[in-house]
Amino acid sequence: MTTLTEVPETAAARENPARRRRRVDRLPYLLLLPALVIIGVLLLWPLGQVVAMSFYRLNSVRQLRGDREWPWVGLGNYTDILSDPFFLTVLRNTVLFAAANVLLTMVLGTLVGLLLNRLGRKMATFVASCVMLAWATPALTGTIVWKWIFDDTSGLVTWLFNALPDGLSNSLFGRSDWTGYGWFNSPLLFFAILTLVVVWHSFPFIAVSVLAGLKSVPSELHEAARVDGASPWRVFWKITFPLLRPVFGILIVLSTIWDFKVFTQQFVLAGGTQDRPTFMLSIYSYAEAFSPPPKYGLGAAIAVILTLILLVVTGFYVRMVLRQEDES
Amino acid sequence: MKKIALNGAGLLVALFAAFPVYWMISTSLKPSREIFSSTPQPVPAHPTLEHYREILTGNLIPGVSFLDFFVNSAIVAVSTVVLSGLVALLAATAVARFRFTLRTSFLIMLLVVQMIPLEALVIPLFLMIQRLGLYNTLPSLILTYLGFSLPFAVWMLRGFVAAVPKELEEAAAIDGASRAQTFRRVLFPLVAPGLVATSIFSFITAWNELIFALTFINDQGRYTLPVAMTFFFGRDDTNWGPVMAASTLFTLPVIIFFLLVQRRMVSGLVAGAVKG
Repeated sequence: MTTLTEVPETAAARENPARRRRRVDRLPYLLLLPALVIIGVLLLWPLGQVVAMSFYRLNSVRQLRGDREWPWVGLGNYTDILSDPFFLTVLRNTVLFAAANVLLTMVLGTLVGLLLNRLGRKMATFVASCVMLAWATPALTGTIVWKWIFDDTSGLVTWLFNALPDGLSNSLFGRSDWTGYGWFNSPLLFFAILTLVVVWHSFPFIAVSVLAGLKSVPSELHEAARVDGASPWRVFWKITFPLLRPVFGILIVLSTIWDFKVFTQQFVLAGGTQDRPTFMLSIYSYAEAFSPPPKYGLGAAIAVILTLILLVVTGFYVRMVLRQEDES
Repeated sequence: MKKIALNGAGLLVALFAAFPVYWMISTSLKPSREIFSSTPQPVPAHPTLEHYREILTGNLIPGVSFLDFFVNSAIVAVSTVVLSGLVALLAATAVARFRFTLRTSFLIMLLVVQMIPLEALVIPLFLMIQRLGLYNTLPSLILTYLGFSLPFAVWMLRGFVAAVPKELEEAAAIDGASRAQTFRRVLFPLVAPGLVATSIFSFITAWNELIFALTFINDQGRYTLPVAMTFFFGRDDTNWGPVMAASTLFTLPVIIFFLLVQRRMVSGLVAGAVKG
């Protein structure tokens, strides 16, 4: 094989080196062209466009179609948003929600990853398969099922609370009959359930990634530390965590990005875009743009703010990935 | 003792993770009186397919049946898969087989565009779709999902192409095969498994997507399944039996596909983070 490839290749190169080089140079660009066009037109151009739109007052579809002109308002949309106290509520919701969800997802995911690494073969396979189910379930249907579990009449949670002894339930929550209780009515409870749904969806990815990381690390170190009598807590922070630091870095950044722009789960759980007290940036942008009366410019400005926040996080991510590609 | 505690924790995790999926399927098989009884049945006491029959034969929205939405979703998802697979294969070959000036820039761009919050693109893409006259058509969604699935598809396929030994193609070239023939007869069959895996991801992206489908389609007959489902449940008093049956039919293909390729998901996303 080696002789076969070597001989004619050098012969070909000797015959016509210039032609060969030119062909090699052009072909990759031709192969890339369709992908570049698609990414350019469908991702990069709209990204620029959303920034452009945020400087105009766009309140009708006819403006979008180009039938009417676009009044330039400069930073008007931004000053409108930033001077509205409601924006602070939305920003607070978004940041607190993302922080809580990243933390909970990472903690639960890591614990499950560590657990899977310690379980026996059969048990680990069983648990991992169940965890995969949660991961595979589409955000839409997963959320619908949780909504059914929290249904105010026949939902499982309502039934569980009804099953509590009346005295206990009364002294703890001040009510014993939970039928008809609106689980989604108070913003805090809504966010708690949304967190449950999002963490349920996202911890499997963390668990499986942490497990993959653990498998790649020699287990002698852990055993040695354990033999020396180190507590599991110390073993984790002194050995596991430093070894898996790059994995954790990327997982935290990815989770942050995902949790900052949660949309489907919130949209389904809230039943649309009417529940303003629980708004976060992505649904706020959508509601301003598409709920009548439409305000595309304002929605675009909110989307730009969301993108800028994520851009900072993405910067960290790209730096981390590139550093690791260099190392390996 | 420790073993029991570990296994107990494992069972709890398994229960938490799998329960909603179990509950969805279980509810879909219960007759309505069991679903709405005051004490929930863990297992359907009288399993029935009545809810499946209802959604498959009846109309979710007047004049349009579940199967119509299913077909809409399938058209969109399959078209996305075919287009994105084709384009991604070309680009992945370029990146994996050639060294050229802009190679690294292209790879960095791939990483960066995957991080663009798609939610932020609803408004400008809505504008583009309006201008192109594609509003209220399925191609508007195919185009959108093509853009969304392509970067990850190229990123993933790149590894598969790189894994095919270059010597095979060289040998074919020596035997007189043209570049196109080498691509079709040598590279393509060897990359096919990777292409299948990549396609499944594109499929899942397109199949699950809600926001854009909600925004770009106005005519109920052209709704994709996710949009139809958000309309379908919670219209009046939610009738959980049919809703869970529809959810099950929507979810099962995704779960099956997903389990086929989940391994690659981890390696694709945490690319290079775990050595060895």
